[in-house]
This record gives sequence, structure tokens and C-alpha cells, in this order.
Amino acid sequence: MTLTFLFAWLILGGLLAWLAGRWNKEAPRWISLGFMIVHLIVSVRLWISFLTNKGLTLAQGEWFLMEKSPWIPQWGIQYFLAVDGLSILLIVLTSFLGLLAVACSWKGIQERVGFFFFNLLWILAGISGVFMALDLFLFYFFWEIMLIPLYFLIGIWGHSNRIYATIKFFIFTQASGLFMLISILALYFIHGSQTGHYTFDYVELLGTQVSPKIAFWLMLGFFLGFGVKLPAVPVHTWLPDAHTEAPTAGSVVLAGLVLKAGAYGFIRFLMPLFPQAGKEFAMVAMILGIIGIIYAAMVAFAQNDLKRLVAYTSVSHMGFVLLGVFAWNQLALQGAVMIILSHGLSTGALFILVGDIYDRLHTRDMDKLGGLWSVTPRLGGFGMVFALASLGLPGLANFVGEFLVLLGVYQVSVPIAALATLGFIASTIYSLWMIQKTFFGKNVNEWKMPDATPREISIYAALVVALLWLGLFPNTVLRTSRQALKNLQQITSQYFQGSKEATTNPSVEELNKSRSNYGGLE
Amino acid sequence: MTGHDFLKLMPIIILAATPLIIMLAIAIKRNHLITAVLSVVGLFAALFAIPGAKYTNGDQVSNLFIIDQYALFYFALMFLATIVIIVPSFQYLELRFKGNREEYYLLLLTATFGSVGLAASNHFISFFLSLEILSVSLYALVAYLRHQNDGIEAGLKYLILAAVSSAFLLFGMSLVYSQVGSMQFKDVINFLSQNGNYNFISIAGVALMVVGFGFKLAVVPFHMWSPDVYQGAPAPVSAFIASVSKGGILALLFRFFAEFNIVQSRPLFTIFALIAVFSMFVGNFLALLQSNVKRLLAYSSIAHFGYILVAFIAGNAQQQFKGVEAATFYIVSYFITIIGAFMIIGLISNEEREGMEMSDYRGLYWRHPWLSVALSAMMFSLAGIPLTSGFIAKYYILASGISTKLWTLIIILIINSALGVYYYLRVTVEMFSNVDAEQKATLISPNVGILSGILLAVLTIALVWLGVYPTGLIGSIQAAMF
Repeated sequence: MTLTFLFAWLILGGLLAWLAGRWNKEAPRWISLGFMIVHLIVSVRLWISFLTNKGLTLAQGEWFLMEKSPWIPQWGIQYFLAVDGLSILLIVLTSFLGLLAVACSWKGIQERVGFFFFNLLWILAGISGVFMALDLFLFYFFWEIMLIPLYFLIGIWGHSNRIYATIKFFIFTQASGLFMLISILALYFIHGSQTGHYTFDYVELLGTQVSPKIAFWLMLGFFLGFGVKLPAVPVHTWLPDAHTEAPTAGSVVLAGLVLKAGAYGFIRFLMPLFPQAGKEFAMVAMILGIIGIIYAAMVAFAQNDLKRLVAYTSVSHMGFVLLGVFAWNQLALQGAVMIILSHGLSTGALFILVGDIYDRLHTRDMDKLGGLWSVTPRLGGFGMVFALASLGLPGLANFVGEFLVLLGVYQVSVPIAALATLGFIASTIYSLWMIQKTFFGKNVNEWKMPDATPREISIYAALVVALLWLGLFPNTVLRTSRQALKNLQQITSQYFQGSKEATTNPSVEELNKSRSNYGGLE
Repeated sequence: MTGHDFLKLMPIIILAATPLIIMLAIAIKRNHLITAVLSVVGLFAALFAIPGAKYTNGDQVSNLFIIDQYALFYFALMFLATIVIIVPSFQYLELRFKGNREEYYLLLLTATFGSVGLAASNHFISFFLSLEILSVSLYALVAYLRHQNDGIEAGLKYLILAAVSSAFLLFGMSLVYSQVGSMQFKDVINFLSQNGNYNFISIAGVALMVVGFGFKLAVVPFHMWSPDVYQGAPAPVSAFIASVSKGGILALLFRFFAEFNIVQSRPLFTIFALIAVFSMFVGNFLALLQSNVKRLLAYSSIAHFGYILVAFIAGNAQQQFKGVEAATFYIVSYFITIIGAFMIIGLISNEEREGMEMSDYRGLYWRHPWLSVALSAMMFSLAGIPLTSGFIAKYYILASGISTKLWTLIIILIINSALGVYYYLRVTVEMFSNVDAEQKATLISPNVGILSGILLAVLTIALVWLGVYPTGLIGSIQAAMF
């Protein structure tokens, strides 16, 4: 029941917060905080028990936890939730960032508090569901569910141009999702007509024989669905608008979790379901990734709006994820998972920071900012750490991920890896530029503002600790995702001969032996 | 007539008797409440007669009617829908109409009678008679608020166009009859199924009949009347036209073509596919431009019947996801949604006007949260977003289309869904926007009665329930298929 709990608990929490909000402004905050803390405890306990109980050696087709019961039996739709290492990592990330999103909207949201937290918790519930659902219909269901509350979150509590941003966001994601739905349905019918057993069960659909030509189109449907969420260039244009207009918690959830759902979809569904088509398409996808990395970094550098800048850096970082996924070897995949986590933390942190500055000064225009370090040294210090994390400084989380992705991509294509390293330079430039324009230089407008409050400091501190931990001791995370990724690779091993590690499962001793180096990758 | 036939016809008989009783009641004492209650009681009695009819043998009742599981399913649906429409009608008439209110219910019941007759028709004669009973009642209903120019205009438009379309229909029927020599649906379809019988006259006859169908369903290019009629008619009557009236015609259309594989018949496939494609595009594009919620719903309804036609074209051939099942599910979902939406429009009205402009809904959430949550749910359902029945319904149609490989139609449906999202969201966005002080004065404050409130809650819950757990309804639809 743990898995059902992980999303049902948040649904319940959201409803309670909404009802409580009708009588009291404070109540929804405390209710959401309490529910998120419990959620975090449960998910961390799940992780710990995964690490200690056999979770590390799951064979292909095994799940650490699984819940399965019929839902709409006439159509072969099941209520099928299951987790492996990959899912668990993302669920822990969801709880952690969810908790911070609740905390960072404590003061900023003063109107319709109940409905706000209702929406926030329901987004988190939908995302938790996405990371666990292994019935394609159920997956699509969760995938779409999280859109509505996010739409409200941006549409009601957003900034001035929010209506345009929400509608753009909604139409992009909804339309792309429907193309994915067509692919899901087509796969369902192909599988059904071959075996006579109509089902949306991911595990059963994995082995479906689809003719290469059709597989390519189906893969493209999935690519569109996930690519818009990720977002991959050229379908990224909704993201900067949505981010700019969203309230802080909305941005945190959007950058930290919603985008990750796209990345997760690539790893869990697209490649294993259509390995051959995925391989054929890999070069195109990686080139899109490269374009994303470099183009978005350049656009980020050109921004005046602090938040828009951070939004474009997201697009740039997600380019690395796209590279990592389509390189599809152990190193690159581990790296992609690592970026998923570290980008969630570092970008979430930057968005919270930008939100706090905006709450104080009511501007995000970098031309007007400057010299804030002397006014608010604590904010400045934390901002510095987050910017360094974002540019990939060794010792912080992002470095590990991007480094691993580069290693992995290098095995597949040297020119692409070389081009991707340009992203490091670009990210260094825009990150330092951002810090320079905001915190250093002259305080021309003589801004005066209070420094970070204890609430804010604890949020930042939690993020810094997480970033450092992932950066210095990435082993725990890498070990968690390792076997899950291997199993996924094994499914596709027929088409990816290069991934030699995928052939056998290592024993526990081997794993323990290799703990000293990076996650025992090679 | 045997005893079996009598039991089979019981729901219809009760439904037909209710207007007579009401007429007598009006003759004795004219009272709005009594009339409304009597009509609800009559409809419930007819509803409770359905199980009796269900377990009686002998579906074919005379040459004219067939009362099988399928017909009874539609009976139940229409009875329930009319009951739900009567409640807001009562409130609406109390508020907005000072003349004789009682005859409204007579007309509503006879219109339902016509619709129900359509669902059970098996013969051109019963088809045409039912259609005319439905249409004639609707002429009067549309123009019921006769002190209003809009209403009169809408009623006249409907009268003239419906009469013309009936003429087309009759002419089509007579052409078909001249070729087939029978007016039984089964004979007609058997005739058409044989490829050698595709001569000009029979195709022309069917095409002319399609004009009649198309008019009632308001699909492009026979849709011109619908925005004006939706706008001019009282909100509950618009709800009735959008749901029960169109549902009856669809039920008949499905029955007529039940044994016929449209995909394999080039001329018919072309006709229906073109109608579907144009309905989707025209409906959605014109809906984009509307600032009047009733007109918006009218255009969106055109698009929705385009979607339903996709499922209708997919037909009954495949094993899984039969098109007619999908369409029936869609109709149930659409009934709930559209009746709910028009109910809310009816509630946001005062003596002078109905709240049908988009600006009337501005900031509704802050004034009346529950009402706006219900309307949002309806809009999400129309847009086909998960957690609402509209999603499952659209999914069902997509699945039926894909299983018959109607790729072009499916892609067009997807594009139109995305278009549709835009204007449905505009309504919700409006409800969650802030109102400035000067606008506040012109806003209509909704007055929700207890009964309307409960009904609306029931509709919303049904909407979400079907969106999360559609198994039961799917099961009963599959059981009800011919």
C-alpha cells in the first residue's frame, strides 16, 4: 500500500488544505507542511529499505514494490504501480522539492491560500503517480492530471502576463500528450492483435514486435510527448513564458519535477519500448540536445529578467539529459539521472532565491539590480553556491551528472561530446554574469532589503547540503539507479551491442567491492 | 397487441399519458409547482417501467418499433436527462417568465416522447413521426419566452429550417423506398450492403436523408441554426436541444447503420468523413471567436458531434472498442456535461437577462466557488481532460478510430482537441480572474436553489466518477449493444 499511499496521501492533503482554507489562512500551510513531511519520511524510508533489502540486485522484470489490480478490465487497463531504483530516486526528489515548495510559498501566497496548496499538493500527487505507474493508460492519466492544478497555480497566482503563459503551456503539453496517447493506443492494438491479449501493461508491451516503420512513428509520438515536457528545442518555447509568470512554488515544481517527468519518460518508456527506432533516432535527438544546450545558454545570457534567465538555463541543462538518454549506455544514463536530481535541486534553489529577491524588491530586472551582496550577504552567499552548482563546479551535484554524461556520450560520438563541453563554458558565463549583475557591482538604485529570514535560511541550507552530498558522495544515488538502468538496458541490448555491462547482473560482493570508485560504473 | 408488447411499450405509454394527465390537471387548477412535480413523477414512473420491459421477450413491437436493450438504454438516459432539465426549468420560469408556465412541461414531455420514439424506431414511418413530434414541440419551446425578440427569432429560424430539412428527409426516404420497396431499416440496409445496388437514386436518397440527420445534429454544413437557437432559447431548452433531441437522432442513426460497414462503402464514407472533418474544424474555429458562452457551447457542440461521427464511422466491425459503444459513452458524458453547463447558465440569470456573456463569469470563483468549480469540471470534461468523463469518452473514440485505422480522422481529432482546449480554458480563466470595482455593479449574482444545487453536485460527481471509474457504464453500454 506504500505506493498508493504516496500519491493518495497528497490528494487527501490537498483536499484538506482546501477545505481548511475556507476558515483559516494559516491552516492550509501547516496542513500541507505536515503532509509533505510525512510524505518525505515515507519516501526516504522506502529508499532506505530499498538500499538495505535486495533492492540493489533486482533482476530484469522484478520490482522492489508492486501493486496491481484491475481498473477497467474491459479495456485491459490495470491499476499497476511499481518502483525500482530509478522511480525511488525521483519520488524522493518529489517529496523533497515538494516540501521546499510548500515552505517557500509560506509568506508569498496571501490570497486563496487553501486553493493554492490544494493545487500544489495535487501536482505533486500527479507527479508521484507518473514516476510509479507502469500501466501505460494509468501513466497517461497521471501525466495529464498534473497539468490542471499547474494550470491553476500559474493562472491564478502568476504574474501579469499569466493568462497567455498558462494557455500556451497547456496547449503545448496537452496536444503533445495526445500524440503520445495515439502512440500508446497504437501499441496497444498492435500488441493485442499479435497476442490476442489486449493490455496496457508496460511489462507485457515491452516485447511487442512492431515493424520498424511503424515503430518509428510510434516512437515519434512518445518523443513529442516527452520532448515538450523536457523541453527539447524547438518545442521549448512554452517553458520560459510559464516560468516567468509562475509563482515561486510553481517554478520550483515545474523545473524540478514536471520537466523531470519528461526525462523519466524517455528512460522508462521511449527507449525500452522502441529500442530500434530509438537508436535510429538517437543522432537526431542528440543533435537537438546539443542545439538546446548551446542555443538556450546563449539566449539565457541575453536575458535581463532574472527568472527568465534561470528558465533558459533549464532548457540548456535538459539538453544534457537528452544527450545522456540517447547515448544509452550505463555512464550516460547514470549521468542523466544524476542531472535530473541535481538540476532539480540547483534550479529549484535558484528559483526560490529569485522569488525571495522579487518578494523584497518587486523587480527581477537585472539592469536595475546590483550590489545586493553588501545589503544581504546571506542571500548573496547562497546565491553564489547555487550559481556555482548550476555552472557545474566540481564538488557540487551538477558536475557529477554532466561529467558522466560527457563520458558516456564520448563513447558514442566524439564530436557531440566535444560540442557539449561548450555548454560548460556557456553556463559558466551566464551563471557568473547573473551573480555579477545581481550581487556585485554598484548598488545603483540603493536597494535596501532585509536579509534572509530563518525560514529562508533553512530552505537554502537544506538545498546546499543536498547539493554537496550529491556532489561529494554520489555513490548512494548511483548505486540506487544502477541496477534499474541496467535492466532497462538489458531490454534493449539486442540493438545496443556496445553496452556490454548490461549482460550480467553483478553480485552484492562485486557491488561492495566497487563502492570506492564512482558508483562502481566500470 | 399482446401482453408482452404492452409491457414492452409501458415506458412509452406512461410517457405519453403524462402530458394528458397534466393537461387535465391544468384544466382543473393551473399551478406551476404541481405541473412540474407531475411531470417529474410521470418520468420517474416511465423510468421504473424500464426493467419490466427489459425482462420481457419479443423486442419487435409491431413493424414500427423495436424495444431492445439498446433502445431501453437510451430511454433511461433520456428520461433521466429530462428529469434533470425540469428542475432548473422550474426555477428559470419562476424567475423569468410571467405568463402561463405550465404548458412548457407539456411541450418538454412531448419532445422527450419524440426523442424516445426515435431511439426505438425501426421503420421510416415511426422515424418520421417521432422526428416531427420532437420538432414541433421544440418550435414552441424555443420561442417559449414570447416577450423576447431573441426567442421569437430563434423559434422562427428553427421552424423554417427544420421544416425544410424534414422535406429533404421525406424526399430522401421516398427515393430510397422507390429502390428498396420496404421502409424497414433492416431491408434498406440489406439493400445498401450489396454493392451492385449502388445506383444514383439510392445514393441520392441516402444523401438526402443525411441532410435531415445532419440538420438535427447541427453538423456542418447544416449547422447554421444552432448558435442562434442556442442563444435565443431559454437555457434549459438549449440544454434539451443539445442533449435529448440530438441524442435521439444519434440513437436512430446508430441503429440504422448498425449492420452496415461505413468504412467499406466509399460514397457513404466520403459523405460522413467530410461532415465529421468540417464539423470539427468549423465548430472549433468559430467557437474560438465567441464571447457568448451559449454560442460558444453551440459551436463546441458542432465539434463534439464531429468527434462522435468519427466513432460512428468506425462502426461496429472490430472486436475491441466498437465505435457505437464509444459514441454512446460519449453521448452519456456529453449529456451530463452539457446539461450541467446550461444549468449553470440558467442559474446565473436574473429577470432581465441570462448570464451568457463571458464577462458575466468573471471572478465567479470568488463569488460562488462551488458553482465555478462545477462549471470548471464541465469545461474540463468538454475539453477531454483526465479525471472527467470527457477524457474517457474521447479516449474511447480515439481507440475506436485507431482500431479501424482511421488515421487521418484521428489526427484531425487530436488537432481539434488542442484547439478546443483553448476556448474551454478561456471560460475557466475568466472565472478565476479578478473583477474591478466598476464591473462589480453589472454582475449578476447567481441564486442557486437547494434542489438545483444538489442536482449540480450529483452531475459533477457523476462526471468525476465516470472519469475515474468508468467500468460500470462501459459494462452496461456493452450489454445494451445490438
